[in-house]
Amino acid sequence: MPCFTSMNHAETANVTAATRQFVARSSMRRLGERAIEALLFLSALSSVGITVGIVGVLLYESFSFFKHVSVIEFLTDTQWTALFADPHYGIMPLVAGTVVTSAVALLVALPLGTVIAIYLSEYASHRAREIIKPALEMLSAVPTVVFGYFALLFVTPLLQRLLPDLPGFNMLSAGIVIGIMIIPYVSSLSEDAMRAVPVQIREGSYAMGATRLQTAIRVLVPSAFSGIASAYVLGFSRAVGETMIVAVAAGTQPNLTLNPMQGAATITAYIVQVSLGDLPHGSVAYQSIFAAGLTLMLMTLVFNIAGYLLRKKFREIY
Amino acid sequence: MERNQSSRDNKTARRKFYDGTFAILGLLATFIGLITLSALMIDLATDGGSRLSWQFLLSFPSRFPEQAGILSAWVGTTLVMLVTALTAVPLGIAAGVYLEEYAPKNWLTALIEINIANLAGVPSIVYGLMALALFVYQLRLGHSILTAGLTLALLILPIVIVATREAIRAVPGSMREAAYALGATKWQMVKDHVLPYSTGGILTGVIIALSRAIGETAPLITIGALTFIAFLPDSPVKAEFPFVSFDWLTSPFTVMPIQMFNWVSRPQEEFHRNAAAAGLVLMFMTLAMNGLAIYLRYRFRKRIRW
Repeated sequence: MPCFTSMNHAETANVTAATRQFVARSSMRRLGERAIEALLFLSALSSVGITVGIVGVLLYESFSFFKHVSVIEFLTDTQWTALFADPHYGIMPLVAGTVVTSAVALLVALPLGTVIAIYLSEYASHRAREIIKPALEMLSAVPTVVFGYFALLFVTPLLQRLLPDLPGFNMLSAGIVIGIMIIPYVSSLSEDAMRAVPVQIREGSYAMGATRLQTAIRVLVPSAFSGIASAYVLGFSRAVGETMIVAVAAGTQPNLTLNPMQGAATITAYIVQVSLGDLPHGSVAYQSIFAAGLTLMLMTLVFNIAGYLLRKKFREIY
Repeated sequence: MERNQSSRDNKTARRKFYDGTFAILGLLATFIGLITLSALMIDLATDGGSRLSWQFLLSFPSRFPEQAGILSAWVGTTLVMLVTALTAVPLGIAAGVYLEEYAPKNWLTALIEINIANLAGVPSIVYGLMALALFVYQLRLGHSILTAGLTLALLILPIVIVATREAIRAVPGSMREAAYALGATKWQMVKDHVLPYSTGGILTGVIIALSRAIGETAPLITIGALTFIAFLPDSPVKAEFPFVSFDWLTSPFTVMPIQMFNWVSRPQEEFHRNAAAAGLVLMFMTLAMNGLAIYLRYRFRKRIRW
């Protein structure tokens, strides 16, 4: 009996040691787990840091800019001659250039992209879709400066045969090429949205005797409207922010016009033009590119909010 | 009654006609995209194909178009991509893992998710503006390879995060439960099970993100990349101790798309030919990367069956 107790004691001692070791190890582990989780969390938070950085920089530098140039002059002056001896800072010509090139681009991309999306989701066979979709997505993988080359030295000469008065730098050709570039953004996202519509709804329409086209236009497009609207908004953001195509093919001369047959600088082309020169840090012209960037961000923001409201209004829930 | 019948037939015929017309229209629209892509390739090849040679790949830019080459441009692109990949890949995967496996459902997580979705719509040139003010002037990193790599890393971070999340989401919950049942901690489960299974998807996303970064021009022009560089950055590998050097990080640089832009914006046709040749090399790089990504996606999809 004593023997048994002593053994029991030894065993208990052993067990406590093991337990203590186990507890120590698991608390170390828990500490390690917490440290890793914190690290992962910080990584995720860094994406918010980017936004804070962008908004902070744009606001801070624009604030310095608006100390030299009044907001009223910025919004109402019809000339942008930031790099001249007698500088005028009226953003309107640059905004006009951006609006015209984007409008041309959207006139190309939205109809084509939507038709392609309907075609791929309703008409094309599974095999055809698997080949066509990645091939189209290659369009958005082409570096934009290559598209710029294409617009200036291929599309513009082609257009000049139809419209002999077209100048070498013009917004029409830049806009058309931007439009072709953003087709896959519009078509892929719209198609995803249409295919996400429950199959019963589609079958219901067919059971009523509707054709594929009727089903697509009267049933699928309204049901997938929220996704299609997101695709359009993303396409718009891309068109407005596109830089190299317009910098190469639309010229760098600010020009207050709504005629796409003329050349004009966009907001982004102006930023590129300034950056290529060697502007002293802190000068008004240096700050002006941040004010231009802020304008660009506000334009995309307005459209994103409009898209959000549209989506909210027309959202279909199944 | 008969009239009704015939008018209905008429309507049906018309509907079928519209339906068929639309099929043709859809096919045409699709072909417009594909034809443009081929026209672009053919245009580049006919303009620049004759300029492609070893001499072109191994020469510095020059005032004389026949002697000019893209050596400094492709070396610059490679080094910038190295910095971009080393920054964006760990950060993006970590963020993706957190959002998929760890994040509690609260307002902060929602904020991070909305933010990542919105970053996709921010024009790339705006990233350049932020990097110009923050990296170049605040942190005094200069117009260097380091600044360029970090800028592009921030630009592709959302793409890497989204790709990581999608890849992780495809791993079935039973895998996680099996790991937990054997006493694995959360990190052990993630590191030994979830990440290995999602490597294919993550890799595909990373390659696509990098192929986008290779073609980016605007943000790098904004941070003050030079367009004419007739020297190479300091070599990262040295003959004497400690054998590695990080001086190249602070070196001025140019990259492929900027070199091409420089040549396109000159009036002489000879330089346009150089631009086309540089464009061909650039297209080859991006298309090769995209092709690799598609192949990897296909292979991994085939190999893994849950």
